[in-house]
Amino acid sequence: MFDFSSSWLDLPLIWGGLIAVAVLIYVLLDGFDLGCGILFPFAPSDQSRNTIMNSIAPFWDGNETWLVLGGGGLFAAFPVAYAILMPALYLPVILMLLGLIFRGVAFEFRFKTQGRDRKLWDASFHIGSVLAAFMQGIILGNLVQGVAVTQRSFSGGPLDWANGFAIVTGLALIFGYALIGATWLIWKSEGNTQDWARRVARYVSAYVVLGMLIVSVFMPLNDIRIQNLWFSLPNMLYLSVIPLMTMAAFLLLWRDLHSNRELRPFLMAVLIFLLGYLGVLISIYPWIVPYSFTVWDAAAVSTSQSLLLIGTVVFLPIILAYTAYSYYVFRGKTSDEIHY
Amino acid sequence: MAGLELDPVLLARLQFAFTISFHIIFPAFTIGLASWLAVVEGLYLKTGRQVYEDIYRMWIKIFAVCFGMGVVSGVVMSYQFGTNWSVFSDKVGNVIGPLLGYEVLTAFFLEASFLGIMLFGWGRVSKKMHFASTVIVAVGTVISAFWILSANSWMQTPQGFEIGADGLLYPTNWLEVIFNPSFPVRFFHMLTAAYLTTAFVIAGVSAYYLWRKLHVEHAKVMFSMAMLIAVFVSPLQLFIGHMHGENTMHHQPVKVAAMEGNWEQGGNKPLYLFGLPNEDTETTDYGITIPNGASWVLTGSGDGVIPGLKDVPKEERPPVATVFWSFRIMVGIGMAMIFTGVIASVLYFRKRLFDSPKFQLWCMAMTPTGFIAVLAGWFVTEVGRQPYSVYGVVKTSESISPVIAEQVLLSLVIFIVFYTLIFGAGSYYILKLIGKGPIESQQAEGYYEHGHETAAPLIAGDHQGAR
Repeated sequence: MFDFSSSWLDLPLIWGGLIAVAVLIYVLLDGFDLGCGILFPFAPSDQSRNTIMNSIAPFWDGNETWLVLGGGGLFAAFPVAYAILMPALYLPVILMLLGLIFRGVAFEFRFKTQGRDRKLWDASFHIGSVLAAFMQGIILGNLVQGVAVTQRSFSGGPLDWANGFAIVTGLALIFGYALIGATWLIWKSEGNTQDWARRVARYVSAYVVLGMLIVSVFMPLNDIRIQNLWFSLPNMLYLSVIPLMTMAAFLLLWRDLHSNRELRPFLMAVLIFLLGYLGVLISIYPWIVPYSFTVWDAAAVSTSQSLLLIGTVVFLPIILAYTAYSYYVFRGKTSDEIHY
Repeated sequence: MAGLELDPVLLARLQFAFTISFHIIFPAFTIGLASWLAVVEGLYLKTGRQVYEDIYRMWIKIFAVCFGMGVVSGVVMSYQFGTNWSVFSDKVGNVIGPLLGYEVLTAFFLEASFLGIMLFGWGRVSKKMHFASTVIVAVGTVISAFWILSANSWMQTPQGFEIGADGLLYPTNWLEVIFNPSFPVRFFHMLTAAYLTTAFVIAGVSAYYLWRKLHVEHAKVMFSMAMLIAVFVSPLQLFIGHMHGENTMHHQPVKVAAMEGNWEQGGNKPLYLFGLPNEDTETTDYGITIPNGASWVLTGSGDGVIPGLKDVPKEERPPVATVFWSFRIMVGIGMAMIFTGVIASVLYFRKRLFDSPKFQLWCMAMTPTGFIAVLAGWFVTEVGRQPYSVYGVVKTSESISPVIAEQVLLSLVIFIVFYTLIFGAGSYYILKLIGKGPIESQQAEGYYEHGHETAAPLIAGDHQGAR
């Protein structure tokens, strides 16, 4: 039996970090393809819609696999956290999955149809993407507020998740994904589609700023621990780097959206997501079930975490390598070519 | 009113049964199809014959539809352990969590990334790289089956763990967990089932073309390959299934008793071809039997002792009729597959393999049987494990989440309605692709050449088309 737990190797912390990274990669990658779905009906033409679809069709499946890794990793490394959070977020999780189903099948079904039938799958793609994004935002909003727990189970009501703050985070994430989707399209398309994506990105980024402001104000007000963490010296000095960098990224993004830059807007959107995510992570650390189980309380037995760590150390670099290869294969501008 | 009270355990079981049954249809097909596509593309690279490329290009579209539906219904499964079976997840997470983690790390990413290249990479990567992608996807499906069947088999024949003072299960030996006693035989049984399922779909489709005298050249190639599987793999499956039965008798005797409809332990037990197991009278009524058959099949001798349902108290027995009948459906279909192989051999040696309309109609009728047999087989093994979720260790009734029944009912209804819609649409598009055949389906739908270098003139359309 492998067991790596020791004074110099904090397995629960490592696993908390790995799951956070998996979720971050998911948010960034599926973020841009969900964002494409959110913006889909507003595209200027059917050719544009084909371009959008083609730009993400080879990737969506791999992107979504990070969500499976997040769920599977949580189950494996923190079973009790998985066992509390899933019932607590029962309907949002089910509705998110439903949204992902509708947008996922739309890729293949859309290629098989024309006319009114295709419009049906276009709608399915859009509504599914919006629903999935909204529910993910609701899940995020509930995580930062914490869930009701008695012993090792969720003890709240079935609709606890439907609260004002969570609805705001839900809406904010829709705009967030739309921003990352729009900047992805600036990078991957040209001509009219690109012009449109640039206009949309400007419009959407204003809402993202608003959403991030509301969350940043609400979180410390809602929880005294978070308030103390961010607004006490000397933390405030170190942590102020995050909001300052976020502001700088927004300013650069805003400038880039008024220029001909193609890749940097996407990178800025990624950076904004990264910083926002980091802010949330710092706020809820070290809780994996806020605010009742820390990563150490919820950790699976160290032999289980050790076994999976071997697999992760071996396979994660390989996964990242062939994922990068697949993006390399489909590099450059996407065409709208579908000769039906 | 007691009658109106919703039973959350029953609802959660129904939901799991529905979503997993829906899901397994797609892997059962895509495991076989991926391997077959790899063979076809390999033959194309080796011979350069157009017919192989046409076949590949037709079936890859069907593969894409099925794989997509398999992915989205599979994501649901990875969260359902938590939503509906959270107590189970908490108790056994230490043991089976890592197995599922390994499935994601070693298989899911592999399949997903190279599927993109397989579907959209024609013309973007070299032919050899494209072939390699197909092979990698095929290997990925097998690795995925390895881990998920290991986890499932552990729930059937758990070992390599101990129960802590807190009631949770802790692993003591990973090799014992992964290679638990029922795993190897279950793995091969399922893999073979997947290959047979695919072969009979291909057989049915090509038989339809032969019968209608459409795409004859392509149909002959497909039909021959499918019949090769029917001839050699169906009898192999009978052998593997038999080993699986012996394995189950050793480790889960009550399940075998339910499969045989046998109530009293003893020798000289008959094999029921037909019968109605009655849980109240504890008898199997109206039996049409082969005397000593069950004893002979399971032990090799007519007076061999086989387990009976009465060996355990009533509350420890699975629902007998479901297990009994699912088993008969599975075995019946297996026999029909072997029969198909025998007829194919006879026709081949009479040089009439492609010329018998009756046999073509038979093969068309056999098209969906692989799916039915796979589902029936899973019903045998999963229902036969009841009332346990981890056999002998964790009861199903003690596995459920603390969620209210109405939530489970609502999500069950949502799944049934939308899965039916999506399944209907998917089946319709697949039938349309089959209807178009190997040539027209390419012309009608060129997304396969997504990103192909000839795209240049069409990019201009982007500028013109948009206002």
